[in-house]
Amino acid sequence: MTQNNTTAPTEAQKAFDLAEAEDAKLRQKTGKSFSQGQLVRKRFFKHRAAMISTVVLIVITVFAFTSIGFGPIPGWWDKSYLAAGNVINGGKPTLSVVPEFLGGEGLRWGEHPFGQDSSGKDWFALVMRGTQQSLIIAVIVGLVSTAIGALVGALSGYFRGWVDSLLMRLTDLIIVIPLLVLAAVLGKMSNNLPGGIIPLAIVLGLVSWTSLARLVRGEVLSLREKEFVSAAVAMGAKPGRVIFKHLLPNTIGVIVVNATFAIAGAVLLETSLSFLGFGVQPPESSLGLLISQYQNAFTTRPWLFWWPGMLILAIALSVNFLGDGLRDAFDPRQGGGARKKKGFLGFSGRKKALDEATASTTPAAAATASGGAVATDVKPTATTTAGEGPNDAPASAEGPIARVDKNTDRGHPGTPRGQ
Amino acid sequence: MFGKKKNDAAAAAQGASAQGTPTGSTAADAPQGGGGPVAGPTTTAMGIVKRHDNLGGQPVLSFTDVDVKFDTEFGQVHAVKGVTFDVKPGEVVALVGESGSGKSVTSSTAMGLLPGNADITGSVKLAGEEVLSMSPAKLRSVRGKDIAMVFQEPMTALNPVLTVGDQLTESIQLHGLAYGTEADKMAVELLTMVGIPDAHNRLKQYPHQFSGGQRQRIVIAMAISCSPKAIIADEPTTALDVTVQAEILELLRSLKNKMNTGILLITHNMGVVADMADRVCVMLHGELVESGPVHQVMQHPQHPYTQRLLSAVPRLGTSFEVAEPETVTATQTKAKYAIEAEGLCLEYDHRGKKNRVVHDVSFSVAPGEIMGLVGESGSGKSTIARSVLGLLPVASGSLKIYGQELASMPVKEQRALRKRIGVVFQDPAASLDPRFPIGDVITEPMVVHGVGDRKARLERAYELLDAVKLPRSVVNRYPHELSGGQRQRISIARALTLDPDVLIADEPTSALDVSVQAAVLDMFADLQSRYEFACLFVSHDLAVVDMLAHKVLVLKDGREVEKGLTDDVLHNPQAEYTQRLLAAAPVPDPDEQAERRQARRELLASFGEHAY
Repeated sequence: MTQNNTTAPTEAQKAFDLAEAEDAKLRQKTGKSFSQGQLVRKRFFKHRAAMISTVVLIVITVFAFTSIGFGPIPGWWDKSYLAAGNVINGGKPTLSVVPEFLGGEGLRWGEHPFGQDSSGKDWFALVMRGTQQSLIIAVIVGLVSTAIGALVGALSGYFRGWVDSLLMRLTDLIIVIPLLVLAAVLGKMSNNLPGGIIPLAIVLGLVSWTSLARLVRGEVLSLREKEFVSAAVAMGAKPGRVIFKHLLPNTIGVIVVNATFAIAGAVLLETSLSFLGFGVQPPESSLGLLISQYQNAFTTRPWLFWWPGMLILAIALSVNFLGDGLRDAFDPRQGGGARKKKGFLGFSGRKKALDEATASTTPAAAATASGGAVATDVKPTATTTAGEGPNDAPASAEGPIARVDKNTDRGHPGTPRGQ
Repeated sequence: MFGKKKNDAAAAAQGASAQGTPTGSTAADAPQGGGGPVAGPTTTAMGIVKRHDNLGGQPVLSFTDVDVKFDTEFGQVHAVKGVTFDVKPGEVVALVGESGSGKSVTSSTAMGLLPGNADITGSVKLAGEEVLSMSPAKLRSVRGKDIAMVFQEPMTALNPVLTVGDQLTESIQLHGLAYGTEADKMAVELLTMVGIPDAHNRLKQYPHQFSGGQRQRIVIAMAISCSPKAIIADEPTTALDVTVQAEILELLRSLKNKMNTGILLITHNMGVVADMADRVCVMLHGELVESGPVHQVMQHPQHPYTQRLLSAVPRLGTSFEVAEPETVTATQTKAKYAIEAEGLCLEYDHRGKKNRVVHDVSFSVAPGEIMGLVGESGSGKSTIARSVLGLLPVASGSLKIYGQELASMPVKEQRALRKRIGVVFQDPAASLDPRFPIGDVITEPMVVHGVGDRKARLERAYELLDAVKLPRSVVNRYPHELSGGQRQRISIARALTLDPDVLIADEPTSALDVSVQAAVLDMFADLQSRYEFACLFVSHDLAVVDMLAHKVLVLKDGREVEKGLTDDVLHNPQAEYTQRLLAAAPVPDPDEQAERRQARRELLASFGEHAY
């Protein structure tokens, strides 16, 4: 037994009782404990696309609400989205970002940075107002649809039986009616209610919870079979406690991720409703409405399309990336940090191993690796190997990769320590 | 490679004639060899599998300095630290170790099955060819044909939407051995070989139409379909019942002797090792700490870890010190049985259809008494535990907790009764809410029943952590930071929070490693003698029950088979089924196990059955 590859005798003296070793490790561990939430947050902050999206969303939100103000609070932009005026220079945008040495007009904000519409309203103010509306809708729909969806899903998943049948048939009912039609009818009705866009937002929330409900139900159905739920029931916990303390917190990943996608969907839904004329009505503004009002002007005054269009895109994309980041953070197996370290399509790990295997052996090994077959007549003329004992045995059985430390006694090759 | 093929062909030609002569070291184990007492009924067919030659004493599978590192999110994990051993043709090498010791990772290198984030160095040779440097195409041609795998979980190793025949012929066709009806014929032969009767008709059936043991036989048939030179059996019997395990091991043994393949057997069960292995390699934390012939390692272990491992295996005939139960007699009016079941029947409601799984079971547990519920999977032992916990309504019969009828009790009172019952479940990964810190987990019963204020609860949590020998600082940690054994101790602590009179332990240690299991059982016995709770201890492991329980109830298919004092039932079994169970459980001593194996064959022969 001349193996020199494994345990040194001193190492062999360490703890052998796994239970004791684990306890010792636990006692030594003084670092901070991370809850699941904290781990998720850490992973989320490492997700680049999601962090950029977060910043973009924050900038858009701050811009939209501070520029023209909200409600009675005035903003730093002096023009109102309601006041018409004289159309200056054909309503062209005055914003310029091209520096002078490149033939532009330098960094300039100007009178109407986004231009004016045909009645002379400031396009910047209108777009900012539209963005405000879209964001309000996003938040309210996110809250309403998530709350309803999670509750419906958890109740039907936990109780099953007739509760499940009832709630799921209700869900099916809402799913079979096209969302746009349902939203258009309800949205039209909600236009007469006070509160501006909020009733519309609530209506959109009321029709867009279905997919979340189904997902949460599925998740709860599998969670309720877990033993910690049985344990809670067996210790006498009431259903409310089991659902809100044990089941829903464990589905938080699904819920949060889907909430973000629901938000992105809601922004687009409002946009299409307003575009079709069922959502926000003038003189109020919304991004979808702005596009629909001037869709014919696209060729002559493209800025009337581009500004609201770009903002819709930016909001929807950011929220989607945010959802992506959250999903990755909640479920590291879906493509977290570990996979990034590998090369393209994960081939490099194997390649690395291959390289090392080749490096430590004779050139003949390379031929084996590429050729994939050892011809019987290729004797391992191992140039670097010393102890040739076993290699004189049938060549076909013993590959050319012979190690220096291979010994002649092949009966007990695995014994690591000289005992 | 071409040379090898010729060798194989030659070996195959010899195969049929060589069949009768057991080879070298395996002579003693060969049941077929010199016409053992019970010849396999169906596996005498040799037709399609080939017998491999001895390779002139060269190993068929050889690991040299295998070292595997994984790049993970939390840095590098050194899973295998330079492991060297060989598997020779016709030899069973057992790779033993507890979870996380790197035994599965080591074996996966031989098939090139490790994920891309693994960094492998060293050399793995399959019949002289380096596996680590094979191209993906070459690897595919080797997998199944030269080296095959038998997986742990027969439920998931087979594709539920394909017929068994399709799955069996898949690798035959992939490797170009036969096609069409010819491949089907081979599949029939394979199924017959692994002991599945009426193979021709069963070929068209789907995996769910077979029992767990039969499914594992099919997995083995798939593994041998191309006559591999080496088979990796990764915990092949862990998911199976003990009687089925004995059958599968007999089957593997006979196939190995017939085909002269090398088997790398990965297991944590020392009994299986003693039963099957010729040589043993013990792994700890990715290192090979001891290896040698089975007799040497199992009977004279050198390394302290191996010694610990072997001494931790629960054996029949040993027992812990536990509290003496209070005697309950008819004359006493005050003392009542903690749990009393009379003609208990239980049903699962499956889409409106009642499926009765427990029939007419009666038992009683006195205060402070431990009763073991023993049986194989599907025997209804966990179902009974669930009904005592109130998770399943009583279909008929009576179930009393301290004299109170559970079935007729209002929901509110039932909830109050929960205070007196604690529970420990099997799966340490699932029995604690991952989002609760340990302190909240332990005090949850107090919160549910409104016992104590914040401070008192924390005090109680500290007290219980001391009792289960975990540091107090654990209260702020989360379950995922704890190991399986520690989590199971937290489960026990939670069960004891309200000082219950009854504890239901549903296979509390069966998911744990053997040395951890020993520690948990030790602690369990200690706590029982301190708190003197009555306990319903559900387990499939007879040795564990023997160590703890005062009384035993043996169940089969939802019916009671035998009940009585532990000493009577487990050491002098009357019922045939109990005898079978006891005979099938392997012991971690190769000589004793060989005797037991022979005894089991004789026992089965006396019932007019075959060993597999």
